[in-house]
Order: sequence, then structure tokens, then C-alpha cells
Amino acid sequence: MDKLERKDILGLQDMSQSEIQLILDTAVSMKEILARPVKKVPTLRGKTICTLFYEPSTRTRTSFEMAAKTLSADVTSISTVGSSIAKGESFKDTLLTLQAMGIDAFIIRHQAGGAPYFAAQTVRGSVINAGDGMHEHPSQGLLDMLTILEEKGRLEGLVVTIVGDILHSRVARSNLWGLTKMGATVRLAGPKTLLPLEIEKLPVEVYTDVDAAIEGADVVNVLRIQLERMNSGFFPSIREYARMFGINKERLRRAKPDVTVMHPGPMNRGIEITPDVADGEFAVITDQVTNGVAVRMALLYLLLGGSGNVGTA
Amino acid sequence: MWALLKGGRVIDPANSIDKIADVLIEDGRIAGVGKQVNCSENDGLEVYDVSGMIVAPGFVDMHVHLREPGAEHKETIKSGAAAAAAGGFTTILAMPNTDPAADSKPVIEYVICRGAETGINVLACGAMTKDMAGQEMAELGDMAEAGASAVSDDGYPIQNSLVMRRVMEYASMLGLPVLTHCEDKSLTADAVMNEGIASTVAGLRGMPAAAEVSMVYRNILLAELTGCKLHIQHVSCAGSVEAIRDAKKHGVMVTCETCPQYFTLTDEALAQYDTNAKMNPPLRTKTDVEAIKAGLADGTIDAIATDHAPHSLEDKEVEMTNAAFGIVGLETALSLTISQLVEPGILTLAQAVEKLSSAPARILGLERGTLSVGSPADIVIFDPSAEVTVDASQFKSKGRNTPFNGWTLKGKAQAVIASGRLVSGSFAVQSEKCSTRKD
Repeated sequence: MDKLERKDILGLQDMSQSEIQLILDTAVSMKEILARPVKKVPTLRGKTICTLFYEPSTRTRTSFEMAAKTLSADVTSISTVGSSIAKGESFKDTLLTLQAMGIDAFIIRHQAGGAPYFAAQTVRGSVINAGDGMHEHPSQGLLDMLTILEEKGRLEGLVVTIVGDILHSRVARSNLWGLTKMGATVRLAGPKTLLPLEIEKLPVEVYTDVDAAIEGADVVNVLRIQLERMNSGFFPSIREYARMFGINKERLRRAKPDVTVMHPGPMNRGIEITPDVADGEFAVITDQVTNGVAVRMALLYLLLGGSGNVGTA
Repeated sequence: MWALLKGGRVIDPANSIDKIADVLIEDGRIAGVGKQVNCSENDGLEVYDVSGMIVAPGFVDMHVHLREPGAEHKETIKSGAAAAAAGGFTTILAMPNTDPAADSKPVIEYVICRGAETGINVLACGAMTKDMAGQEMAELGDMAEAGASAVSDDGYPIQNSLVMRRVMEYASMLGLPVLTHCEDKSLTADAVMNEGIASTVAGLRGMPAAAEVSMVYRNILLAELTGCKLHIQHVSCAGSVEAIRDAKKHGVMVTCETCPQYFTLTDEALAQYDTNAKMNPPLRTKTDVEAIKAGLADGTIDAIATDHAPHSLEDKEVEMTNAAFGIVGLETALSLTISQLVEPGILTLAQAVEKLSSAPARILGLERGTLSVGSPADIVIFDPSAEVTVDASQFKSKGRNTPFNGWTLKGKAQAVIASGRLVSGSFAVQSEKCSTRKD
């Protein structure tokens, strides 16, 4: 496979193993560009990309913008505040307005699960889901897989434990679809109140005992506890959460000796992860950020660039 | 209209009739049901050949939203009544969640007045509490006097058990049926679909079936306490069926309805974020669909209603979280009932007719829903084997919000008569016209 036969990237659930492999392979060549002294190729010159964010974001938005600019696309950015969205314009009208301006690809973050599906049906251009509600965050899932691949040289046969607020996490969902398709075992762990109903019906192992979930793991992916969850009765106190579910050095000893620790950011140091782990030898959190740009370059290239040599075009 | 419907298969569950017979209509009422009501010399009698058709009591939908007053762009009493007639319904009960809410005599009178202009029988349901806020009881006595047929909290279920108790006591004094939408709102905040594997995968907030079932139990217990005529609206899940079955077994005065969507679709219909599959109560699971069918078959579920909830395009062409709840149902109910329940043998045709006509009429205490001599001539003539392809653009309703668009189903209302007048469709064959009358 050398081409993506699709208009949109909405999630990893409906993506095949070979599509995921193609994106990861392409991301590896993109990473080479990022290592050059002059980080720019003309591949997407003349293409216009719009980031349309209905939720705040620093890293995902910047990462997509960096990816687009490295490929020489023009980027325009719209967020809820300071746009017609604040005046009450509907999602449909916002999309149609942008389409009329000739946008080739829409990078959409939205608090409503499924909003990118709606967008994909509304516009002719490509839609990339940059996180929709509690549903999926496919580029995060892909960059996590790229990071694991770099660390371990493979995905198949690995045990990946995802710890934290699984209920509200689109990162967990994209990771579980992507990783299981690539042959890894996924363990999900968190307090019962933050595990979605019937999650055990998916091809994953579910734990409420974090120690058991970490036992023998190759990778521990720690999810952020969002501030707004802290006072909504999902758990009694931050103190208790940190004690029962936080990832610290001692707990990490149960994992494989060469365990890789990841976090999609932004981190709450001292709550879901202790600073010594976050900054420690097993953590690859900043590598994830770099890989994020490479993966997003790959997505844009495969959707918009189609063919041509990335290095010399 | 003085007419004879000749040679059809007459199904009149209230009188346990299911046979080939003629139906005579005179002065808007049923004048006779029998074999060869003689007409050869009857003066001015119009004779229609309805052989091959089912002749049944006009359907009674005890759960529709007509949106008037307040949201006439979604539906009016007139357009809703036209949709009802097209679907075989001659009586509909308008829910009170209008703007203003039907929580007072003037609004009830308005609905009844406008309804009287439609040709079919439009009944008004009063709100249980002022502004449907669930706090202070509305003037139920005043509304009963104005002609309200029942009271309901549909869409804004009363959470406070004491308020519900008082409403039940007061309504039972007035003889008004109490129709309840069962939902513990504290368990359903911000939710858009059933909670389970489908909501987990879709990343959408779910409402657990327990939110419905717990309130079904509460309302059954309060009905037992107060002796009111309790009717559970739009039963959607296995737990509710079980609760009601058990209550009936123990002699509690409770009845219930379900809607075609709940015996046809599951929450899988939301996998691609189709906002036309968003409704409340939500589509549940396969297990629930099976339980609904079993409840219909064993009589636990008395009636089939539609919860006809028209919305305009802009209410549905949005993100799932912003989309309005509800679907239209008046023009698909008959064909879904036949295709999903009668064809697979879950209900006989007579049982299906009963759940669409005599059962809801009985629950509401109407003299309709039957072909008894002397009762209003509300009649639906339908062909259960006619194939129809649902085309929302052709609906009489202003609402196009249906998840069934494009479905091919069986069963079509050919002609609908309300109080002796043809209100929808036509008769295929007019066989003869008599000149004089002979009794």
C-alpha cells in the first residue's frame, strides 16, 4: 500500500492495519525532514489547511500548524473565541463558509463526539479529526504508536497499559483501536467511576488495580486527570487518586525493566504522574511531541499530497 | 356520508371480530357490521368495494407532539393531523410541551379548537405542573373541564416524588389518566444515547436503562399508593417491561405503550452519528428490542404509540450533542408494525390493530377505537401486503426527521374515515351506486 484511499481521517476504529502501517512508515520519512537544518519541503505548496478548534489546545494545534508549514501549505486557524462561532453561527455554516474560501483540509477539534463525521459529510475537502469529545484522537494514537515503535522496534506482542480517566479519554480510545489492530495487548486501568460502561466488551483487558495492570507491561501510557473531573465526584480526593492510581517509581518497578512511560500532556505533575517518573529515564514524553509533528505531516501528505518524492519535490 | 364498505376483512378487536364483512356508515356513525348488508335499492347509499383490504377502527395515537402553539415551523395541529390521517390515525393525543405549555385551560381550549378544524379527532393532554417545571401542580381541574383527556409530564419528567404523588392523587380524583415519561434526570445529564458498549465506542454520553427503570418502579409504587390510572409512556428497555409485567401481575392499575422505533432499532443506529437516531428515551440494545417484542406479544405492553416528534432540519443538521431529541412517526407506524411485528409472527394482525386502536382508546376512556354499532365511524382501510418505500420528502408532516427514510416496508393505509368523513386516501373501486334504501 502506498496511498490512502480515503478522503478523511476520522478515527482509528475504521482504519485497517495496512493503512496504519503506511502512515507510520510515512511518518518515519517525515521525521527525517524535521531533522534537517532547513525544515521545509514544497510538497503541499498551494494547498490551504484550516485548523478549526472548538476547544482549547496548544500542542495539537501547533503541531498540525508546524506539520502543514513544513510541507509548505498555507494555514489558517479559527477558534471559538473571536470568530463567528461566538456569534452563534452553526457548525454547518462555518464549514460551508470555509469551504467557499477554498480550504483543502479541515483539522477539526470539537467537544461533540462525531462532529468530524458531520464535517466530513458536509465538505468536499479532507477532514482530520484532531479530537472529538470522548470519541477519538487518531493523530495522538498514531504518534503514540510511532513513539512505541521507535522505542521497541515493534508493536506486535507488546503489552501497553493505559492508566487514568478512560471514560472521558479520546486518547485511550484511539490507542486501543490502533494498538490492538497492530497486534499489541492493551490494558486499561483506572477507578471504576472513570471506566466507561461495557468497555470489557472491546478487545482489551480492564483493571481497577493499577499495580496488576502494570505487571510486566512494556509501555505505560498515563492519561491526564482533567481539572474539571476533580470536583465532580468521580473520586473522593486528588490525594486518594494520586495514591491509588498515580504512577510513581515504586509502582513502575512492576513493569518490564525497559518500560516506556508516555503521557499525552498536559501533565499534572504529582497527581497522575510523579515528577521523577515524568523526567526520568523511561519517559519519552518530549519524543511524543516531536513524533506528533511527523505523524501529522504524514497525514497531510497522504491526504493532500498523494504522490511524489517527499525529499526532493 | 351514507356508505357501505363492502367485502373487506373487518378486524374489530373490541368486539372480537375478524371476518369478511360489510360495514355500513350512517350519519358519521357505524350503523352495522355484517354479511351482505343489503343495499341494492338503498337511496343515495355509496358502496365501496374494499375486498382484499383490512377494515379496522381508525388508529389512536396517544402520544404525539404537534408543536402548536409555539413552534409552528416544526409542525402545526393541521399538518400533524394530516400526517396522522395519512398514517391511518383518526385520533391523536397532543402532548403538552408546547410554548406556552398546555398547563392551563386557555391552551387546552386552543388545541381542541384548532383540532376540531382538522377533520380528525385531536385530543389535548394537560401538563401536570405549571410550565412543566415539575414544581407546582397545574390547574388540572380547570383543564379537565376544558376537555383535557389526560395529564403528562412528557419530556420534563417530574423528579420530585412528592409532587408526583400529589399530581397522581389529584388526577385520580378527576378521573384523568396519568401518562408518565420515566427518567431519573440525575442519571442522564448531558446524555444523548443509551449507555453501553455503543456509547462507549462512539464517545458519547449515555443514559443507562436504570434511569428509566427506576422511575417506572417509582411511578408504579406511587400509583399503588394513590390509586391513579398510571400509563407508562414509550417503554424502551427490558427492565421497564419486567417492572410493568410484575406490577400487572400484582394487580396494579398500570398500562403502557411502546413505539415502533423501540421494537425496530438499536443504539447501533448511532454509530455513524445519525442525529435522526437521537431520541429520548434512547434506542437501546438488541436484548431490549427482544424484551419489547416479548412484552407486546404477552400483553404487558398494551399500546403502540408513535411519540411523533417533528423537528426542523436545522435542529437535526448539527453536532450530535446539539441535535434535538425525537423522530416523526405517524406516517411510518403502521408499516413498521406490520413489517416488524406481524410479518415475523410476533403479533397477529388483530393484535396489532388492537394495540393501535382499541387499547389506547380504552386507556384514554374513549368511545372510539371500535366498530361497535353507534360509535363514531372512525375507520382505516389498509392493505397489509402493499409494499411502501419510506420517502420523508413526501410526508404530510412538516418533520422529515426519520431514521427510516428509504426503508422498504409492508402495509399502507389506503383510505381513512374519521367520524364518517373521508380524511385521507381514496377508495380504489366504487362498485355500484344504489338509488333507494332497503332495510
